[in-house]
Amino acid sequence: MTTLTVNGTEYPLDLADPRVTLLDALRDRLDLTGTKKGCDQGACGACTVLCDGRRILSCLTLAAQCDGREITTIEGLESHPMQDAFVRHDAFQCGYCTSGQIMSAVALLGENRAGTDADIREYMSGNLCRCGAYSNIVAAVREVARHA
Amino acid sequence: MREFRYERPATVAEAIRAVAHDPEADFLAGGTTEVDLMKDGVFHPDLLVDITRLPLRGVRRNGTMLQVGALTTMEELAADRTLMERAPFVVEALLRGASVQLRNMATIGGNLLQRTRCRYFRDPAVPACNKREPGTGCEAVNSVARMHAILGASPACIALHASDVAVPLSALDAVVHIQSEEGERLVPLTQFYLMPGETPDRENVLRHGELITAVDIPLPPEGTRSIYLKIRDRASYEFALASAAVAVIMDGPVIKEARVAMGGVGTIPWRGFEAEEVLREAPATPDTFRSAADGTIRDPFVVPGTAFKVELAKRTLIRALTEVTS
Repeated sequence: MTTLTVNGTEYPLDLADPRVTLLDALRDRLDLTGTKKGCDQGACGACTVLCDGRRILSCLTLAAQCDGREITTIEGLESHPMQDAFVRHDAFQCGYCTSGQIMSAVALLGENRAGTDADIREYMSGNLCRCGAYSNIVAAVREVARHA
Repeated sequence: MREFRYERPATVAEAIRAVAHDPEADFLAGGTTEVDLMKDGVFHPDLLVDITRLPLRGVRRNGTMLQVGALTTMEELAADRTLMERAPFVVEALLRGASVQLRNMATIGGNLLQRTRCRYFRDPAVPACNKREPGTGCEAVNSVARMHAILGASPACIALHASDVAVPLSALDAVVHIQSEEGERLVPLTQFYLMPGETPDRENVLRHGELITAVDIPLPPEGTRSIYLKIRDRASYEFALASAAVAVIMDGPVIKEARVAMGGVGTIPWRGFEAEEVLREAPATPDTFRSAADGTIRDPFVVPGTAFKVELAKRTLIRALTEVTS
């Protein structure tokens, strides 16, 4: 039995068939559907979560590899200032990429890489937004970075 | 994805033994290429041996050498202070590859072994791919091609080696540590990759059951200037159409020593030995740079979609040389 620790809670997981990705384990086994499946091939960033504090793509990570690791998903953030800023700046339209954008942006703050708008754009480039809300996403991240 | 078994051995020796004794087994590190290709049905190992917790992680300085554990992630290596000071073009190449999320997963050993982005290789519905199914032909040569190689390519395969960091590492004569049940061998990165020739399925000198455990990066002398210039369709998060890694030691207006390698153009990371000959002891002038570029992009194999890369690659190298020497 594998143990997944997600947002501080330990979940036993039967991975007799190890083909389960972290993304599918979160959504289909643990009912944590805040993490989104966009491309499912590591191109869009919608599935971004934190693993031991670092942002990764849950669609290209096997759940079995996360045994004993600390996973943080959007459900684990609890009213993070980044969430408020996304709402205030209207940093989304359809919202499908938003969980991934916010997880990435929260990690970005921890990496100290939000110094300039150019840096924010560069280090958020792994999160695609097909609605094109990029300028408002940059504004939201900028605001939280300045007040951090 | 086809079914497979998953194991996570506790030691390097056990991991190597597990793969060596099963011809359908493979190592699993960051998984950013491997899991993707398993989903696409291009890879179907029956056993995945997870090596991510083996003690092959971290960067150690050993005199004029940096020894990088194979499981060091791209982000971890990019944060290395010595590398930033002595060979910043390696850091630039790392940070211009993929995204932060992917770089937190992808390891340096895995990066060297990443598979081509050729869409025909990655799509099992395409019958002709000598790399995926030896002897079936090459769809890319006869169909739409753009992100493909013009150097080292042949009618059998024009698949590009897409790594960024392997480009400056080739320029620096990095050395790959390879472990097997028989022991360890060291292979210079410039001799690690194989040209496709008639066997595009064989991409490097690794034999089944061999594991990359470390990469040695020789540090260039102090005072070396370096640059990694990457030209691509988007400003970020995109593979190179052409890239140039250049390191030079200047003596006034004269280039004393030069290292050159190019990405985005070759079936392997392309070391520019000819360019280095041209540049050594030459004045840093546009004529010198043009001859260096002509010497590097020699006898290209182009298809209609890749013909633009010949001049693009030359101009990329010329611009990199201009910037690094001025």
